[in-house]
Amino acid sequence: MSIRYGLLALLDHGPRYGSQLRTEFEARTGATWPLNIGQVYTTLGRLERDGLIAPEPGGDAKQQLYAITETGRRELVEWYERPVDRTQPARDELAIKLAMAISTPGVDIRTVIQNQRRHSLAALQDYTRLKSRALSGGPDNSDDIAWLLVLEQLIFAAEAETRWLDHCEARLVRLAHALAERPPSAPAPPPDDADTPDRAGRAARQEIS
Amino acid sequence: MTTAPRPPVLRLRELTRVHGTGAATVHALRGIDLTVDAGEFVAVMGPSGSGKSTLLTLAGGLDTASSGEVLVEGVSLGELKRPALAKVRRTSIGYVFQDYNLVPALTAAENIALPRELDGVRSRAARREALAALEEIGLAEVADRFPDEMSGGQQQRVAIARALIGERRLLLADEPTGALDSETGESVLVLLRKRCDQGAATVMVTHEPRYAAWADRVVFLRDGTVVDETTAGTADSLLVGGGER
Repeated sequence: MSIRYGLLALLDHGPRYGSQLRTEFEARTGATWPLNIGQVYTTLGRLERDGLIAPEPGGDAKQQLYAITETGRRELVEWYERPVDRTQPARDELAIKLAMAISTPGVDIRTVIQNQRRHSLAALQDYTRLKSRALSGGPDNSDDIAWLLVLEQLIFAAEAETRWLDHCEARLVRLAHALAERPPSAPAPPPDDADTPDRAGRAARQEIS
Repeated sequence: MTTAPRPPVLRLRELTRVHGTGAATVHALRGIDLTVDAGEFVAVMGPSGSGKSTLLTLAGGLDTASSGEVLVEGVSLGELKRPALAKVRRTSIGYVFQDYNLVPALTAAENIALPRELDGVRSRAARREALAALEEIGLAEVADRFPDEMSGGQQQRVAIARALIGERRLLLADEPTGALDSETGESVLVLLRKRCDQGAATVMVTHEPRYAAWADRVVFLRDGTVVDETTAGTADSLLVGGGER
């Protein structure tokens, strides 16, 4: 979806060839999400089918030039005005992994968390090095500034993940301590109630201890 | 003729710090090994009570280890008598704190010149060095301002300039961005990074991953031990691909 609107936004600046669109998309995003030319032409085909772009006469003989249509322009304006939907979050592999690890015997969830935190922080270091380089060059055109914004999105997202992992670890430790202090006579949860916090807590204590 | 390799700027060997006795014993640090070379920027992270600040105070000779050794440029702090230790602290190590610790009655230039004057440098020469240091960090205009006439970010950058004036090559920073907003905090990190690239060795305690990421290495402490360590270099697709701009 973002490629579709990304290409449409570039075409709003004037007619372009597919190869040009690919280069400009990557310049704006620092090749963070590299595009292959096949993806570009597939997306252009769909945009043309939906009436959002149209072939433009006057291109060179080997390549097709495309231009945005009025419908495409209206659709683009709506896209800028509409917030990106966060109410239907994409599946997150890490969240799924932790959700599974909490109740899987033999999986040390603290190791899972620590391994991920190491990786996420190292990625954060790399993004920061790139940012440092981008800042030292004195970003002075829209492509450089766009790249800086994308980098900072990666930095904030990696930081949020690292903080969330810290929080998960602290919560599991607290939970394990609380459960360790609970009297042994506490009633066990019913066996079919697999999602109760009590069950998760017991698993956490098992994994953490 | 070959010259002997320079020792690391900071070396912690099997460093342990125990507070209290009997049932009240607290192991703040348990056998920490850490080496920081010239030009290296190390961030220390970990939950509250993990030993981060203890590590920094021991590294700076502000506290004494229960066992183990702290070496600053090859000199073992534990073997020094009090005056010699005070001299190493004053001439080899710079400290940066969350609340800047500038002397309120002195201007920015006077604050930076102060350690040099304590080193025995004449005051006119010390002021020249201070003005050059301010020029280098882009704060020449605040030379004659008092701390309460500067923003938090300006005060912290002045504190960093003061910490590294003269021959000091080891910078110990405890939450240097703690009181600053995001953008100003970043300007402090840009300066720390630059000083390391110029040859200083820095150990910075922080709980902010975004700031720790400016370091070459990030060391994690938990319960007084190093549980993990990261170095930059995993986001290969960005670094070797189109991200290399």
